[in-house]
Amino acid sequence: MKTFDYIRPTTIAEAIAAAAAPNASYLAAGTNLLDLMKGNVAQPERLVDVTRLEGLDRIEQLPDGGLRIGALVRNAELAYDSDFARTYPAIAEALLSGASAQLRNAATVGGNLMQRTRCAYFHDTASACNKRQPGSGCDALGGENRLHAVLGWSDACIATHPSDFCVPLVALDAVVEIEGRNGQREIALEALHRLPETTPERDTMLEAGDLITAVRLPPEARSFAAHSRYLKVRERTSYAFALVSAAAALRIEQGTIRAARLALGGVAAKPWRAREAEKILVGVKPDAEAFQQASAAALTNAKPSGDNAYKIELARRVIVRALSIAAAGTPERVPALPASPFSPVPGVLQHA
Amino acid sequence: MSHVINLTVNGERRSIELNDPRVTLLDLLRERLQLTGTKKGCDRGQCGACTVLLDGRRVNSCLTLAVGCDGIDVLTIEGVARGDVLDPVQAAFVAHDALQCGFCTPGQIMSAIGLIREGHAGDDPERIREAMSGNLCRCGAYAGIVDAVIEAQKTIAATNQRRSA
Repeated sequence: MKTFDYIRPTTIAEAIAAAAAPNASYLAAGTNLLDLMKGNVAQPERLVDVTRLEGLDRIEQLPDGGLRIGALVRNAELAYDSDFARTYPAIAEALLSGASAQLRNAATVGGNLMQRTRCAYFHDTASACNKRQPGSGCDALGGENRLHAVLGWSDACIATHPSDFCVPLVALDAVVEIEGRNGQREIALEALHRLPETTPERDTMLEAGDLITAVRLPPEARSFAAHSRYLKVRERTSYAFALVSAAAALRIEQGTIRAARLALGGVAAKPWRAREAEKILVGVKPDAEAFQQASAAALTNAKPSGDNAYKIELARRVIVRALSIAAAGTPERVPALPASPFSPVPGVLQHA
Repeated sequence: MSHVINLTVNGERRSIELNDPRVTLLDLLRERLQLTGTKKGCDRGQCGACTVLLDGRRVNSCLTLAVGCDGIDVLTIEGVARGDVLDPVQAAFVAHDALQCGFCTPGQIMSAIGLIREGHAGDDPERIREAMSGNLCRCGAYAGIVDAVIEAQKTIAATNQRRSA
């Protein structure tokens, strides 16, 4: 690991000033960054430890019915907050399907959004990688790429975003609150992560010094609580990244879908909102035919980036299954195996 | 530039000067404080051998910078027994033969202590397996580990009930 200066500011203004310097990086729990630094994949010259900043570790109900989650709230703390899990069950299930208990106890909301891809070529400094070293090429193209993107990729980069948490957040129109050198602003989470195009080195729309201070859920997000699930197919039952995952949230009234939200994980460089599929679902009965039509629409533009054509069919099936279990109803408690296709827990309407 | 951190390790207050910010909590425990019970397995957060409790929560000490631990309370495997009296989790691991080579055991025990304190798994073996998935055991002692966690959980619950009665 390359050495670095360590700074621990006590105010957001100090943090932003310190992190705006070239090659500076924010440090929260470090569960991703420190791993990357050990492998010389990330080599920041300055770490700005934000864990002691005041006021960023709260979960706040907003007067309009929305929710603000501070950037320093830990994954486990959020997932096990009983009000949160009851109101946003697909998010709690996604959080608990990610990483290990130790990592969830440390990892933060802001850090989760900022985690880097798990592409093996990005992590291997002996390989060409445009994301790690712009212009060096992409060894994942034509390499071992069965885990790579099938949507939104380019010849410069076929990596995927690894987050589970971001998938239901994007489905529920989460907004990211940012503080930077020019003051405060906000951006839809869906617009935070960038597709690779010709500049895969830029994961997000953030500028130097920008600090994520909170993630906000709009009031409407709570209206899906009775029919919200996250489903994640992976190569191990636990402690593995998604091959393909889906967050499905439905509002069903008198046997008809009145509103639908669908997003995919593991398929692109960003959490992938499937708006075409959502349109098909509104106004129809929640049945297998509708779910199949929606799943086909979601993958219309999908294209293998290598040995991963299977992911397109897998994504269709994951969508149908996620919509089916969401329609069956949110379970009273997150299943013992969160988001697992092996979970035997049937849906029961929690808010009937 | 050196940094001074003040932390509590197994109930003892320590003031430590770090002349390198790269030191992980794991290396601090093992190399500076000679607390070698906490093991270095993968050193990348994948195996759980380095699990300790920070302010009561189980984390991977290999992915924690020591310099960030100012003011934090650390509990390692060396701090769980009371003299010759084993912690209920340690006793249950012995009773259920929940190890073979023993390298992962300190991490398994610290993780199990964290899991029981978290209180989400109860005595459901499926929830225990899921909540222990961050601790690998290459000897494959998992069956004994799950049995040990179930028993320890019951022992601790019964003790707590007696205390509150």
